[in-house]
Amino acid sequence: MSVPDELRGLLRLYSQQFKTTFASMVQYRASLFIWMIAQVLEPLVYLIVWSTVSNGSGGSVGGYTAQGFAGYYLALMLVNQVTYTWVMYEYEYRVRQGGLSFALLKPVHPIHSDISDNLSSKLVTLPILLVVAGVLAVIFRPTAALSLWAALAFIPALILAFLVRFLLEWTLALAAFWTTRVNAINQVYFILMLFLAGQIAPLTLFPHWIQILADILPFQWMLGFPVELVLGRLTQIQALEGLAAQVVWVIISLVLVRLVWRAGVRVYSAVGA
Amino acid sequence: MSEPAIQLHELCKTYRVAERESGMGAAMRSLFHRRMQEVVAVDGLTFDLVPGEVVGFLGPNGAGKTTTLKMLSGLLHPTGGEGKVLGHIPWKREHAFLRQITLVMGQRNQLVWDIPAADSFELNRVIYRLPKADYRRTLDELTELLELGPLLKKPVRNLSLGERMKCEIAAALLHRPQVVFLDEPTIGLDVTMQRRIRTFIAEYNHRTGATVLLTSHYMADVEALCKRVIVIHHGRLLFDGDLADLVQQFTAHKTIVVQLEDCRADLHSYGEVLNCEDGRFTLRVPKAKTARVTERLLADLPVIDLLVEDPPIEEVIDQVFTQAPA
Repeated sequence: MSVPDELRGLLRLYSQQFKTTFASMVQYRASLFIWMIAQVLEPLVYLIVWSTVSNGSGGSVGGYTAQGFAGYYLALMLVNQVTYTWVMYEYEYRVRQGGLSFALLKPVHPIHSDISDNLSSKLVTLPILLVVAGVLAVIFRPTAALSLWAALAFIPALILAFLVRFLLEWTLALAAFWTTRVNAINQVYFILMLFLAGQIAPLTLFPHWIQILADILPFQWMLGFPVELVLGRLTQIQALEGLAAQVVWVIISLVLVRLVWRAGVRVYSAVGA
Repeated sequence: MSEPAIQLHELCKTYRVAERESGMGAAMRSLFHRRMQEVVAVDGLTFDLVPGEVVGFLGPNGAGKTTTLKMLSGLLHPTGGEGKVLGHIPWKREHAFLRQITLVMGQRNQLVWDIPAADSFELNRVIYRLPKADYRRTLDELTELLELGPLLKKPVRNLSLGERMKCEIAAALLHRPQVVFLDEPTIGLDVTMQRRIRTFIAEYNHRTGATVLLTSHYMADVEALCKRVIVIHHGRLLFDGDLADLVQQFTAHKTIVVQLEDCRADLHSYGEVLNCEDGRFTLRVPKAKTARVTERLLADLPVIDLLVEDPPIEEVIDQVFTQAPA
């Protein structure tokens, strides 16, 4: 099958998956609402804590004023919304309950269903979250040094952040092929995310050695980097370096997905489910 | 004769499973050192299916039926032997292969729980890249044969078990597979629904010429659908041939039903009396003696009616498994 045919087929799959995901989401309006509250509350708590700290220490902490933190956490909320995945919670169930068998019987790589399901669900939730962010912006009056080049660079940075995070978390979810203790692995991952992606605090507030560690590891490229970029806190050189790091991590994670998926399927087809 | 649709040669599957003893100490030990145990599920199976055949695949629980079907549909990698389906090696799971087969598992669901089956069908249409017109035609045909009409618009979770199974089967056949593996498609269904699904499978085979390999614990399914049966036990082939021959080969007895005036007569000298109701005796006699016993019964007693039967197929199958060496 030729490449355009292949792409057209995938495009149809993605648009059909959107309809399916949308129909499923409508069935769970209440739990969707609760989930979105959680998505808003976490950054809101950090925002309030850091604003208080900053006001208490003469109006600024590590170059962030209270309004600066407001900008940081509102942007983080939105970038997190675009890039987060939930596949790690689902894979163990799929492997144990045999749902994966049906995916393996289909003539398409199962990752496509997950990507399209993820994007579809975001298309539904993002507009709502944008409204919420707008309301919060009126309350907290964020400041940011917006610039045209940073806004333009933010677009590829956000897409690359989504790709790195999706591919790595999908790979991590495949741990379910080998172990039933997936939760323990997830916990470790979330703690690393919390500190090294810029969730608990902007990375510039951390000691230098942690910042170096964060440069080497993938976490900040999935979250903190696009946030700092869009707020105008990076130089053009830093922005280019960041984009390059993201591209490298996309390549690394693509290789990882392939290798781990193949090995996982080998285990699955040896043991069965 | 045409090229076989399904070919197995000395196919084997051995699972390695961790041995777990009970108790805290054993649990701690298994953290550091896991003792692995080998479980032979399929032990050298060889058989062929020609295109268009409907074959019953029988065996008790744990005989290796599901494992074999999973190998043939590409979900499991064998540990030995060869297998080919439509010229493909199944466990390579080439897309060209997956497009031509299907596996229906009676105890598993592929339909999305919260949305109507019609939406899941649409998803399969794009996954298998079916042209809209072909898809429409197949869907209409399946809707008619399985009487799906009103079911398609309801969320799957609101369907009864039987209704859901019909939708599952339809979802699995939308791409008009040439080879159909059915693993207990009628399990848990009531008699009417079983019969409907049975009729459907026969009709589907008739219309499309698909090759069907079917496991079922309901002998009525097998009798209605399969001229040929393959019986396995402990992963090994016990019998491969006509259902009628299976009965001949594995039953040493026939059943004679004699209608007398009442149950007072003593028929023990003629054979094993299984029961008597309103003068209707059921006797079990060795096959070789059937003719002689019948003759004697007619000569000795005031017989109103007499019937010689093969034992029910369930009984035959039961005998096959109990006779078979472990």
